[in-house]
Amino acid sequence: MSETAYVRTEMVPSLPAPSRSSGFVAWLRKNLFASVGDTLLTLVGAAFLIWAIPPLYSFFIGNAVPPGGTVEQCRVESVGACWAYIAARVNFFIYGFYPISEYWRPNTVFALGALLLIPLLWPRIPFKRLNALLFFVVFPVVVYVLLNGGMFGLRPVPTEQWGGLLVTLIISLVGIICSIPLGILLALGRQSKLPIIKTLCVLFIELWRAVPLITVLFMASIMLPLFMPQGMTVDKLLRALVGVTLFSSAYMAEVIRGGLQAIGRGQYEAGASLGLNYWQRMGFIVLPQALKHVIPGIVNNFISLFKDTSLVSIVGIFDLLNTIQAATADINWAAPTQAVTGYVFAAAVYWVFCFSMSRYSLYMERRLNTGHKR
Amino acid sequence: MSKKIISFALAATLGLTATTAYADILSDVKAKGYLQCGVTGGVAGFSAPDSSNNWSGLEVDFCRAMAAAIFNDSEKVRYTPLTSQERFTALSAGEIDILSRTTTWTMSRDTQLGINFVGTMFYDGQGFMVRKADGIASAKDLSGAAICIESGTTTELNAADYFAANGMEFNAVVFVDQDEVVKAYEDGRCDVYTTDSSALASERSKFANPDDHLILPEIISKEPLGPVVRQGDDLWFNIARWTYFALLEAEELGVTQANVDEQLGSDNPAIKRLLGVEGDFGTPIGLTKDWAYQIVKHIGNYGESYERHVGPSTPIGLARGLNALWRDGGIQYSPPIR
Repeated sequence: MSETAYVRTEMVPSLPAPSRSSGFVAWLRKNLFASVGDTLLTLVGAAFLIWAIPPLYSFFIGNAVPPGGTVEQCRVESVGACWAYIAARVNFFIYGFYPISEYWRPNTVFALGALLLIPLLWPRIPFKRLNALLFFVVFPVVVYVLLNGGMFGLRPVPTEQWGGLLVTLIISLVGIICSIPLGILLALGRQSKLPIIKTLCVLFIELWRAVPLITVLFMASIMLPLFMPQGMTVDKLLRALVGVTLFSSAYMAEVIRGGLQAIGRGQYEAGASLGLNYWQRMGFIVLPQALKHVIPGIVNNFISLFKDTSLVSIVGIFDLLNTIQAATADINWAAPTQAVTGYVFAAAVYWVFCFSMSRYSLYMERRLNTGHKR
Repeated sequence: MSKKIISFALAATLGLTATTAYADILSDVKAKGYLQCGVTGGVAGFSAPDSSNNWSGLEVDFCRAMAAAIFNDSEKVRYTPLTSQERFTALSAGEIDILSRTTTWTMSRDTQLGINFVGTMFYDGQGFMVRKADGIASAKDLSGAAICIESGTTTELNAADYFAANGMEFNAVVFVDQDEVVKAYEDGRCDVYTTDSSALASERSKFANPDDHLILPEIISKEPLGPVVRQGDDLWFNIARWTYFALLEAEELGVTQANVDEQLGSDNPAIKRLLGVEGDFGTPIGLTKDWAYQIVKHIGNYGESYERHVGPSTPIGLARGLNALWRDGGIQYSPPIR
């Protein structure tokens, strides 16, 4: 009796799942061919890839002329991308007309910028206050002195000679750095109870938001000189910088105002009841919460600002896109795909910068996520 | 808060403005030590960045020639790339001293914008490009041809006028964008591609086999391109104009960059006058006696500059045509220097 067991003493070894529900085929069935509609979509997608990939491959890799190639190789029927041309002119795309003997100056600026920016963006690294001071106050001065020259025995390099990625980065960094404080002030001003300040801020914001950036730039480069006394000129790059900054600060103000409105009235009142004055209330309680809410919006602004810098090319400033366009006139590299390759390169550079900004903002959002995420 | 912004903007603006006392342009240019020259944002052969990132081209050479005449140094030029919309404003606002930017000389521009055209550096005009294989040698053979044209441009109207005037017919294949027009011609959708001849030439240089294409000798419209100065400073206008003439005169007299030193000892009185060996034509226009010698020494004569940037030996490969000297069948002509 005692030997008879009605209950199994050991587990049945688990069998592999039926082949219909596991493995590659099942994955295919689940993800690609689950229904008639899915199957159709899959087939259309596959057809599209088969149609699109080979020509793209042959353009970018197969028939392309690798860096180091010659212009003769690029000058044949149905050639792919002429990467040799990019490699040969990449200095022009980065520095524009900056004198070749002075390349160390923009290089120093790039290195310094990276050296200061990376620790600033990396939350774990200490000395944030000093770092920020260096980056926002000392660095711009150093950049100006280094690039413009004329001091400390540096050869003067007028801004007409600045160009390429250098100018794109300068315009977007200045725009980004200046538009945040201006935007905060404008947003607070718009919510202010003081009528004059409020009206001025509303007028400013609505004026700049109602005008396309291209118009602002045209005004700055075509109308402004007519208003100035004869013989007095404002540096062209500076005009664009001021235009871009004021324009983006108006947008920034509205984004930040959105954040301010999300903060409950109780927060303001709690601050007031603690005896904090207006600036303390804003600085310690309201703004840290409000800004956190609108990170996606702010970064959105940054990204669109970065891309909008390409508009300065219409006023004759040699940003990245414009140098690429101007180099298209270089007949030593005249080839069927010269222009296309240039534009592809420009797109790649813009993509790298914008994508990094967007990834960083996601990271920041996750880090600052303290229970508001919905 | 807005006040703060405005005063910040004002301070920034005023801090970085360059104010120049407004005397005559020559003294200003001499005082600042360089010539500010307005150029294109990149037109092959006329003004475009070369492989070592320097501006070069036929029109750039004109600015360099002026700098050579003024400073005895053709490098004392700063370039301001300008769009076609802002070029005249930049000139009249004094941002640039001379505009040398593929600007077509027309009456309304000359008389209504407060500017003066110095001369015609390049006689451009609408031309035709065909495939060599088609065996066409003249625009008169184009009757019945399919022509690729950009729509809504004067190019289209000019072509229609030309064909009507010559009693011929053509089929217009019209596109809205210049790049599409070129593509269509390359793909063989039409026999002929028409636009300004300098643009034809630079587009041709981008083809896989530029030698398979021929630009016909006929020019059917007038697009005289030349440097421009502000109105109201006749001395400056004279300097610009005679810089241009000196380039032409040097070619006519056979004075080149290579032989200019030799030619200082020439017996030809015209060469002696040009190079300042005899008489002094520079001082009355505020320059030195050897102003034209400096131009040729640094730039060469007009023909050399043409050959260097747009001539048949360059990838652009434009024959001299109308731009030849008058004695060679063109219309480039300089009044005598005496």
